[in-house]
This record gives sequence, structure tokens and C-alpha cells, in this order.
Amino acid sequence: MTDLIQMIVSGIATGSSYALMGLAMVIIYKTSEVPNFAQGEMALISSFFAMMLLTSFNLNVYLAFSLAFLFAAVLGCFLEFAVLRRAKEPNVLGMIVITIGIEMVILGFVSWKFGAEQKTMPFPIDPYDSLFIGDIFLKKLDILTLVSALVLMVVLFVFFRFSKLGLAMKATQQNSVAARIVGVRTNRILMVTWGISSLVGAVAGLLISPTIMHPYMMWDPMLKGFAAAVMGGMTSLPGAVVAAYMLGIIENLFGGYISIEFKTVVAFVIIVAVLCFKPSGLFARHYVKKV
Amino acid sequence: MDMKRDYYEDVRLFSSPAVVFWFVVLLGALYLFPLFAENYYVYVANYIAINIIVATGLNLLVGYTGQISLGHAGFFAIGAYGTIILMAKAGLPFLLALPGAALIAAGFGFFLGLPSLRLEGPYLAIATLGFGLTITQVIGRVQLFGGREGLHAPDITIGSWIIDTDKEFYILLITLTIFLLLFMRNLIRTRVGRAFIAIRDADIAASTMGVNILYYKTLAFAVSAFYAGIGGGLYAFVLKFIEPEIFTLMMSIMFLAMVVVGGLGSMMGSIAGATLLCWLDLKLRNILSIPYIGDWLEHLSKNWFSITGVSNIQFIVFGTIMILIMLFEPLGLFGVWIRTKKYWRTWPF
Repeated sequence: MTDLIQMIVSGIATGSSYALMGLAMVIIYKTSEVPNFAQGEMALISSFFAMMLLTSFNLNVYLAFSLAFLFAAVLGCFLEFAVLRRAKEPNVLGMIVITIGIEMVILGFVSWKFGAEQKTMPFPIDPYDSLFIGDIFLKKLDILTLVSALVLMVVLFVFFRFSKLGLAMKATQQNSVAARIVGVRTNRILMVTWGISSLVGAVAGLLISPTIMHPYMMWDPMLKGFAAAVMGGMTSLPGAVVAAYMLGIIENLFGGYISIEFKTVVAFVIIVAVLCFKPSGLFARHYVKKV
Repeated sequence: MDMKRDYYEDVRLFSSPAVVFWFVVLLGALYLFPLFAENYYVYVANYIAINIIVATGLNLLVGYTGQISLGHAGFFAIGAYGTIILMAKAGLPFLLALPGAALIAAGFGFFLGLPSLRLEGPYLAIATLGFGLTITQVIGRVQLFGGREGLHAPDITIGSWIIDTDKEFYILLITLTIFLLLFMRNLIRTRVGRAFIAIRDADIAASTMGVNILYYKTLAFAVSAFYAGIGGGLYAFVLKFIEPEIFTLMMSIMFLAMVVVGGLGSMMGSIAGATLLCWLDLKLRNILSIPYIGDWLEHLSKNWFSITGVSNIQFIVFGTIMILIMLFEPLGLFGVWIRTKKYWRTWPF
């Protein structure tokens, strides 16, 4: 019984980092319909930027992290402004190829600058520091990840539903021509969206970096986050989070009871199975395509 | 000059006698190439030819049928492992093992094609991506496939012809490549190819016109997987040794990049894209030995990046090429070629 609870708890912890990445992807897809494969690498470069500030410039942790978040937001805005906006005939495949291109460029620069080996991140919380509740142990870092995921989800949900900017984002997604007519600057909205999404991704990156820190560290969280976002319906924030936690828990239970070796692939099997029955994901309304 | 007057003129294999002439010249040049080239260049040519096969197959799926696949490394791996296992464990000759393994890959392609009937865009991307990753994981864990240690390729014998050098393998490979390319060309210009294109342009409209979507979408996946399987089977003999780490997501991305850089929906594009990216890949691995650029990069790297040299510069170059192609010429190298041709044909105007 303790085993089971322990596995579920660890699953929730893993799910939290997937949830953050999933949220970041949903934010972009919601407004611009771009499946952003560069999300992981944008988070990657932000966390390496934070590490550089901490180790080479000896900055205060909070200052370094704030600067890293600022860097992430500016990077997101810049990529939208300089690359995505310039695309001539945007279709899904084109956008996927462009974001994969961005991903490869960032990956190349990060591994050139920092090398491929494992780094240590001077994070304020020790990644192996844990507390016990009864028989169950919880890593402090996991608690922080969980709390940040939940807080960010609530903040983003409220932001999208009630704030003026959030409503403008929704309008841009639903009908960008009409949004422009009523005075929404859709270009600027898209830029801000990329900034916010990059920021959320950077939170995930920074929370992962104490345990794993090398140029490929974001591949697994990014793919799982993307999988969760797809499973949740690509446009639904709560959907992505619920799906991310489901994936995290199922993955851990599968690893614990059936086969630890195939733990990483079970998520994709679930995805394909879910998509066969609900092709638009679990939480999205299925729009019927017109000819 | 380029005007097509009737249907049969439009679907001809060669549009003029001049094209036939140059085609024969090209064939001759390809077969005479190993007589004059050094071993390394024959190896490069083998590497490129394999990627041309896979890129052509993927182009059928992405460029002609309009589906996305980020899992072609999976089919490639099935082809590679299937061929070696059918030869080494089941004792089949190479000429049966290669298509056998490719048919297995095509079977997997058929099954992957089934969900594609309901999925599109990012949903299809994640499903195919998951397929590719799953195949690599499974291969790495099952003892029959050699696990993490990998497998060694046996020697190829066809009748009494034992193929053990790169040059001999080149002759076999180039024959297969030409055959497969001609097959693809014929497939695309016939009824089946037109059905694929109709599905790409508007699948619902195509189905109202009587195109069987179920049949043609899964067929596109199966044929594409077959080509990837053949490519994989041949690749195993170029490397002589295969292990699961070769068939990564990055490989699937590279295949997609070849198709996109070359030009979607054009066979010349696939050939050009595969050639360019493979050649760049091999060149960029030792970029520091290129004069001028190498010195400059080393200097730049020492001052601003790391002192250990430039390790992953090919990622930066490929990423930049992909972005620039999508931004400025969505039709890829083929689009550049078309524009250049038009410019010169209509020249002072």
C-alpha cells in the first residue's frame, strides 16, 4: 500500500514538470496554432543562462533567476518577432519545421558553449533533500515543482479568462481578422504569448536543472509535455495539466509494477490509444472541418 | 515549349528526347563513378543514395499525401534490424531478406496509418514521434535484436557474387536506387499518385469524388515505410554494425529536413535535399579542417564559446537552413531551381 502511494506521489512530482511544459505549449498553440517543438530548448537556454549568471558572475540566486526569466520572456518575444512572423505561407508542417529548426540552432549553440557533459546547478534547494510524511518521502524540489505548476495553472487560467490581454489572446485565436477589426493588435498579442509561454517553459527548465543538466535535458520533459498537451486537446489549459499528471502517474505505476525498462514509452502508447478514440484529445471540443 | 496539349503528354515518363538522352548519360556516369573515385567518395555516395531512397519515400507521405511523420527512424530501424536478422538467424539470402524486412516495415506503416485517418497536424506528429521512440526503445531492450550491444552485418552474396567492398556495394545500391526512384515516379504519375495528391489538397472533397481515403492513406504510409525499410536495410551494410542509438529522433528530424529543404512534392527536390544535407553532414563533422572558415571558427570558439572546439555545429547549420528555407522559399531547393529556370528562360524580361 505504501509502495502504491509512494509511486503515485512520485508520479505526481514527475507529472508536474510535464504539466509546466504542456502548459507552455498550450499557451502558444491556443493563440497561434503553432505546435512549438522549440519549447524545450527555449527553456534549456534559459536555465543555462541562469547557471552562467550563478557560476561565472556570482550573482545572487533570486537576481539570477529573475534575470533568467526576463531572458526567457525576451527570447520568446524575439523568436516570434524575428522568425515566426516572417513565415510566408504558414501551414502546420511549415510551422513544425521552423520550430524544429529553432530547436536545433539553440541546441547547437548550447552544446557548443557549455559542452555535452552533466553540469551542476547551484540551486537553493538540494535536489535530494526530502521530508517524510508517515512512510512516504517527498523531495522538497518536487513539492516546489508541484506548487509552481498549480500556481501557474491557476494564474494562467484566471489570466486567460478575465484579463483584457487574455481575452484579446482568445479573440486572436478564434478569428484574427475580426480581432484586428475591433482594435486588437494581433501581432503584438502573438509576441506577448510567446514571451509568456517561454517564461512558463523556463520555470520548468529551472526546476528540472538541479537533477539533470546537460544539453539534452529538456527532450524528455518536452516530448512528454507535448504528449500531455495533445492528449488534453492542445487548446485546454486544465486538460494539459490533468493529462500531464495522468501520464506521470501511469508512467510511474507502469515502471513499478510491470516493466521499468519500457517506462518511457508507455506514455506514447497511451497517447496513440487515446487519440484513436478521441482524435481531438480528451478535453477539447471537436471542430468539424469544412471542405 | 512547355505547353501540354493532352493528358498523355502530361503523364509521360520523359518529357522530351533530350531528357531521355541526359538520363542515359546520367546512368552511365553513375555506373562509371566508382572506377574513377576514391574509396571515401564511394562511401559518401552510398550514404547519400540511401538517404535519397528514404527521403523519396518520406516525400510521398509528407509532400504528396500531406501527412506528417516524425517517426521514420523507426521504419529505418525495422528495415536495418529486419534485414540482418532475416539473413543471420533465418538464413535468407540478401535479395529476399531486404524486401522481406521492408515489407515488415510496410506492415508497421499500415498500422501507423490507421490512426492517421482521424488525426492531423500536431496530433499526427506526436503519434508518429511516439512510434519512432517506441521502436528504438523496444529494439534496445529485446535480446533477439542484440540489445544495447548491437548487431554485426553479415556479408552479402548474390549468387556467386560476394559483395565486400564499398565499390561493389555501390553498384548494387545505385541499381536499387534507380529502380526505386523510377517506381516512385511511375506511382506518382498514375491513378494512385493522383489520389494521394487529391487527399493532400482536400481529403473530404477527394472522398466525395470516390477516392477511398482509408485505402490510400494507409497505402501512402505503407509505401513510405517500405522505402524507409529498404533504406535501413541497406544502411546496415554501409555501417557494417548497427545499434539502437543510431535510430534517434534526430534521425527522423533529419529525414523530414531533407524532404522540406529539397522541396515538398517533388522528387528532384528529395534527391537534391538528401544530397545537400548528407554532404553537409559529413563535411561539418570536421569543419575545422576547412581553410579560412575553420580558422575563423576556431578563433571565434576560443574567444566566445568553448576551448574544446566546435562539436555540434551541424545542428546550427541545419537549423538555420530549415528556418531560412521555410521563410524565404517554402518550395525548397526545387522552388529555387524553378525560379532560376524561369528567370533565364524569359531573360531580358
